[in-house]
Amino acid sequence: MSSDAHASHPADGHHAIAADAPHGSMKGYLTGFVLAVVLTVIPFWLVMGNVLDNAVATSILVIVFAVVQIVVHMIYFLHLDTASEGGWNMLALIFTVIMVVIGIVGSLWVMYHLNLNMMPGMMTARPG
Amino acid sequence: MSTESAVQTAGQPAFYVTEEEHAHSSTLLGFWIYIMSDTLIFAALFATFGVLRHRYAGGPTAAEVLDIPGVALNTAMLLISSITCGFAMLEMQKRNKGSTLFWLAVTGLFGAAFVGLELHEFATMIAEGAGPQRSAFLSAFFTLVGTHGTHVTIGIIWLITLMVQVGRKGLVHENARRLMCFSMFWHFLDVIWIGVFSVVYLLGVL
Repeated sequence: MSSDAHASHPADGHHAIAADAPHGSMKGYLTGFVLAVVLTVIPFWLVMGNVLDNAVATSILVIVFAVVQIVVHMIYFLHLDTASEGGWNMLALIFTVIMVVIGIVGSLWVMYHLNLNMMPGMMTARPG
Repeated sequence: MSTESAVQTAGQPAFYVTEEEHAHSSTLLGFWIYIMSDTLIFAALFATFGVLRHRYAGGPTAAEVLDIPGVALNTAMLLISSITCGFAMLEMQKRNKGSTLFWLAVTGLFGAAFVGLELHEFATMIAEGAGPQRSAFLSAFFTLVGTHGTHVTIGIIWLITLMVQVGRKGLVHENARRLMCFSMFWHFLDVIWIGVFSVVYLLGVL
């Protein structure tokens, strides 16, 4: 079996499978999975069970759990750290996060004020 | 060590680091840049949905059309496919071709279950008259969730292609690199889905 031969001689002239790539471990994947399940179940439980009876508090908690779960996935499933690819992965991610935040928060902010200023009656209420 | 010997033999100072040569591939960094650009596409769709999420145009509201138990099942499918994809990567590192293919197949099946459940949800909504042309909310909903579903579908096609390649050529260096790119893509889709089920579904029905 050629695969067995490779397993016993991992450095037999072949490249090791992308030696510079991040290596996951069973422990890492299982830790990430358990955390992801917990961080998924809690917001579903909050919304489906109407646990808090307060829409604003529930919304904030759902967002917080989503952000934490995204970080968990980045660390345990995507193996992201400041050292991978000489730090360029992290730099690209930081840039993207800034763009995403500007795009989403900016859109919501601008359109909220646009709606506020387009309220019916606003034009007639102003004198002149 | 090797620098010292180089100095001794040449009798001159060496101004370079004589490390062992290791093949450095920029493919994974390049693929990460692609994933970041794909994230920006989803950011634009999330922003659009965020602006239009209450524009019902007299049509059905989010609480009326969205099926939370259904999306909980869907979320479970995608999360399980994420961990089985991780198992496939671990088996690939151990160079177990058979079990790598097995876990890739499991990943594909859970991904297909996800797409199937989502298509069923879309079909049910359209049959109830809540299609994408009904209101701005539904247009934004179908665009955002549909784009994610399209990504998963393309991911499954890519997965099948890779399984054929691994089956024919084995876990050679090139296939291992492709599988690692696929694994990044698949985990990335799960990250986007966290945003979808939180913002679109859970916040939608509140």
